[in-house]
Amino acid sequence: MSQVPAHLRYTKEHEWIRLEADGTATIGITDHAQAALGDVTFVDLPKVGKSFAAGEVFGTVESVKAASDLYSPVSAEIVEANTGLNDTPDLVNREPYGGAWMIRVKLKNPAEAAQLLDAAAYSATL
Amino acid sequence: MSETLARTPLYDLHAELGGRLVPFAGWEMPVQYTGIIEEHMAVRKTAGLFDVSHMGEARIRGRDAAAFLDRIMTNELSTLKPGAARYTLMCQPDGGCVDDLIVYRFSETEFLICLNASNAPKDLAWMRSLIGTAKVEVLDECAAWAQLAIQGPLAEQILALTTALPLASIRRFGFLVGEVAGASGCVVSRTGYTGSAGFEIYLPAASATPVARALLAAGKPLGLIPAGLGARDSLRLEAGYPLYGHEISERISPIQAGLGWTVKFTKAQFIGREALRRQADGGPPSSVVMFSLDDRRIARQGAIVFAGDTAVGEVLSGTLSPVLNKPIGTALVAAGFTGSSELTVDIRGTRLPLHISVEPFVK
Repeated sequence: MSQVPAHLRYTKEHEWIRLEADGTATIGITDHAQAALGDVTFVDLPKVGKSFAAGEVFGTVESVKAASDLYSPVSAEIVEANTGLNDTPDLVNREPYGGAWMIRVKLKNPAEAAQLLDAAAYSATL
Repeated sequence: MSETLARTPLYDLHAELGGRLVPFAGWEMPVQYTGIIEEHMAVRKTAGLFDVSHMGEARIRGRDAAAFLDRIMTNELSTLKPGAARYTLMCQPDGGCVDDLIVYRFSETEFLICLNASNAPKDLAWMRSLIGTAKVEVLDECAAWAQLAIQGPLAEQILALTTALPLASIRRFGFLVGEVAGASGCVVSRTGYTGSAGFEIYLPAASATPVARALLAAGKPLGLIPAGLGARDSLRLEAGYPLYGHEISERISPIQAGLGWTVKFTKAQFIGREALRRQADGGPPSSVVMFSLDDRRIARQGAIVFAGDTAVGEVLSGTLSPVLNKPIGTALVAAGFTGSSELTVDIRGTRLPLHISVEPFVK
């Protein structure tokens, strides 16, 4: 069974988001997503300063098998992208909730966070 | 849809071994067990065991069997010696490929043909439609056989632990019939689809699971692991082997695919001869090339190849080469551009330089 940490929020598209106290959030993909993708070979992330609406594609994660879009869980502006994944894309397979976080964002509409799934609701979709 | 998927005799073993089963060519097959890259590298460095029981088999027998095969195949089969196998294409009159196959000769009048899983029903119907007055039978043996492929530098050493057959005496594309892990009637051939050394084993379907278990147990201390169709695809692409529906198809001929060596124009007649002769003499309108990229993004099937701003081709297969640690693939490129050093490929809006390679990436 894949891990679904209780302290995170989730999308049906298998992104996780950690809401920080300062109004920012950290976003990555779930353990289930990395397992389904298989060996990750490339992560294409946006530049700092770009903005995305909730549900908009912000990047791509690519494995040997397929390329998959990454969807922004919330409307947000990128404040940091995890450029370390350029050299170690396989970290996504090993530490999906840790070292392989993908973007840090500033939330544009904190109310959207209420639409996200909690761990129990996300687990029910798997 | 799922209720129509076929299962190989090894289905339960795949589940037990943690294989991730996916639909492939109408079958429920393991795409990977531990990971495509790990399985790929095991085949390059030690050995991997593949279930390829989805592949089809047809027995061709009768007084006219050899002449029949010479008429319907591009390669020459009448000169094949019993105990030897040969790779061939089977073409349409317009030169497009019905399938690519390996033909094994058992005797003067008896052959076994390995068919692609997705093409097996079409191949059987096609061959039967061409019998005419020839004294030959085309028998469907798809359900009778299971197939295992043990591939990698240690494959022979591991297989030898399970059989008394003199493996060292089997030359490339040669085969012996005998007992493996207590199962009789196995066809053991020195063939493969990986670019590494190894064997393919045709065995009675009921023997598949015990033989697979025996091989895995014997090979485990030497590094043998089960490998899935994902690694099979990346291995064959590194080695430059075509896959039906990608590098060869009803619209891509063997001449276009660089498989002219399988087309024997020395034979006076065979289906597709005139069309293939014209392509070989005049040059085909487009040809298959192998390429690599200096990037992490994989150019996948359907990606467009450009010369400047002109579309001159499309990607047929793409993957990450675990040996080179960069993307590789094949593309169908218009005549005049197959030697170009100025091509690019569009991956989701980004144009990346495409480096054509005339040699396979692994030999």
